[in-house]
Amino acid sequence: MQAKLSVVALSIAAVFALGACGQKEEPKPVAVPAVPAGKPEVVVKLGHVAPMTGPQAHLGKDNENGALLAIEELNAKGLEIGGAKIKFELLAEDDAADPKQGTIVAQKLVDAKVNGVIGHLNSGTTIPASKLYFDAGIPQISGSATNPKYTQQGFNTAFRVMANDVQQGKALGEFAAKQGLKTVAVVDDRTAYGQGLADEFRKAAEASGLKVVANEYTDDKATDFKAILTKIKSKKADLVFFGGMDAQGGPMTKQMKELGIKAKFLGGDGVCTPEFMKLGGDAAEGNFCSLPGMPLEKLAKGPEFREKFSKKFGADIQLYAPYVYDAVMVMADSMKRADSIDPAKFLPAIGQTKYDGVTALIEFDPSGDLKGGAISVYQYKGGKLEYVETLGGGSVATAKAEVKEAVAEVKEAAKAVAGAATEAGKDALKAGAEAGKDAVKAGATAVKEAAQATKAAVEKK
Amino acid sequence: MDIFLQQIINGLVQGSIYALVALGYTMVYGIMGLINFAHGEVVMIGTLVTISVAGLLIKVGMPVALAGLAGLIAAVAVCMALGWGLERIAYRPLRNAPRLAPLITAIGVSIVLQNLAMMIWGRNYLTFPPLLPKVQFEFAGANFTSVQVIIVLVSALTMGGLLLLVYRTKLGMAMRATSQNMAVASLMGVNINRVIAAAFVIGSALGALAGVMVGTYYENAHYQMGFMLGLKAFTAAVLGGIGNLAGAMLGGVLLGIIEALGAGYIGDLTGGFLGSHYQDIFAFVVLIIVLMFKPSGLFGEKTGDRA
Repeated sequence: MQAKLSVVALSIAAVFALGACGQKEEPKPVAVPAVPAGKPEVVVKLGHVAPMTGPQAHLGKDNENGALLAIEELNAKGLEIGGAKIKFELLAEDDAADPKQGTIVAQKLVDAKVNGVIGHLNSGTTIPASKLYFDAGIPQISGSATNPKYTQQGFNTAFRVMANDVQQGKALGEFAAKQGLKTVAVVDDRTAYGQGLADEFRKAAEASGLKVVANEYTDDKATDFKAILTKIKSKKADLVFFGGMDAQGGPMTKQMKELGIKAKFLGGDGVCTPEFMKLGGDAAEGNFCSLPGMPLEKLAKGPEFREKFSKKFGADIQLYAPYVYDAVMVMADSMKRADSIDPAKFLPAIGQTKYDGVTALIEFDPSGDLKGGAISVYQYKGGKLEYVETLGGGSVATAKAEVKEAVAEVKEAAKAVAGAATEAGKDALKAGAEAGKDAVKAGATAVKEAAQATKAAVEKK
Repeated sequence: MDIFLQQIINGLVQGSIYALVALGYTMVYGIMGLINFAHGEVVMIGTLVTISVAGLLIKVGMPVALAGLAGLIAAVAVCMALGWGLERIAYRPLRNAPRLAPLITAIGVSIVLQNLAMMIWGRNYLTFPPLLPKVQFEFAGANFTSVQVIIVLVSALTMGGLLLLVYRTKLGMAMRATSQNMAVASLMGVNINRVIAAAFVIGSALGALAGVMVGTYYENAHYQMGFMLGLKAFTAAVLGGIGNLAGAMLGGVLLGIIEALGAGYIGDLTGGFLGSHYQDIFAFVVLIIVLMFKPSGLFGEKTGDRA
């Protein structure tokens, strides 16, 4: 039977492959509408890859919407690069969160000669695909692949606009220890993302004095977790940490409750979604998850983005849409700064990015990671994600905002002091110069002290 | 010790779900020798229809029990129509084709149904309304809910009902005759088309029932939920001897329990060398061993009581 099945599978694969060959897109003739002032219009093709089918299809669609929104805005703005009017075009592909499929569509994008790639969504698909893009010299910016390995392969084409799992796992491990928990069971879904995050968490948790009492595994298509949860129950863990996605995490909390497990649940960005709460129901209540970056509400452009997004797509943001939006914008920004759409020319410009995006002030370190990524912890409360605190890193944008605030405060203080000094000076004219001088001196010291405090704050960030 | 009992309960419930789906596979295979790979998708559509209908009725203000019943009836009706349509459109024209052709058609149908469901219900996960009261029980340190008890009962009763149908009714007799020899049965005045259509319709109705049970148990649904479920149920049917109703039931329960015990103990047995992600290996090794010694499965027989 097995042999027969594999024959069937092969023939189906062959049919699909043939179909794909048959449909191989000829490079479309660039439509040149009546462009005013004889300016040529150039189409910039950006590839976008995320799972559009399978258990994570809802997140894939969310990513694609983020990219679409960015492209629409860019086209409406009408960029000019190298003297030509630029029209961005999104080539959206589906990798079904499957590493094999991921490389197939990556090759397809390479063959289509895209100028850049946004994605993929999963670390498991991003890492193998990044080799293909590197070989072809195509820049790749992922908005959601958090496995550290992605940027550690020495590929100068690989970037991400999100903190990686080393940062996230560490923050979560320390957070768990801070909650006064003693024992933890670690579950992961055996994907590059889930396993990577779980490993980093395990390291950090053990370093912070937590005891890992069970290591269990599931996969990214599973629906039933009772067997492993039963085992975890027998090990009496205080906390269940899950490295994986919402489609598994939600039902997992529910099944924990059914089995009478009292342990808390903690997860990473993959479970920090509205979908998770929908699936977990009241079993999700009171548990924690984390997201790289700051909550949208706390970011200058966050609420505006949320509004734009839900207005255009009639859906709320699931997870990574703002990051993918930023990824597209960074790509376009780099092209503009390099004044070229040729990947070889604008690739170096990506490394020098300093782009004030929705999610953060985006700057890359030499390996292509986001500089100083922050991690925020959230709690599921009343069917909503409630912001708890931001750990580690401290994003540049926040630091900048805080500094700005501090500077404003200092300025105000200085003003007040100056005012007081003037007053005092006037008084002093009457009463005697000494007292006035003292007041001015005191004011000056205060200003100096405030400035020093600001400096310290900046350095800390 | 309490973990052993809990794992048996976990496996029994999971296995009953496999069994319920496997009955649909085995029903069709028993008569036509066709593996209807689209059966998992029929289950999925059953679940999604129930969500839509029951969800809507609950919103309108109908009592939950009544809405659930209406959802179940709607799901069964839709799936019966679907089963009939599938047989008429996809399988009947290929009845005399080589065996591989209908198999590939079945896979094609399954892909079509998945995408159709994606277009209708979207890519997101849907939550299943709590149709059955969920009372928690505790027994000797093991936890279980009323829903789990109902699932085990429903699949046992369904199997009993099917056995009655096959061995005690005229339609059942016609089915058994068809399964033994289609040509001779038709010469004896059995309307083969009708019998085969009936097998598909009944199998799909069971699929709908399984879908409602799955939805109630996991409280969520997704357009691709049928794929893995179908595969596991198919394995269960093969394990028990495909074509044999009691075999499907036993195979399902056995597979569920092996999986649960595998996940629960494999790590300890191998000293952490193999983790719980090897639970499927556990299940499939058992399958391979069974097939090596009994190629037709535990209850399968080369001739005779296929139904």
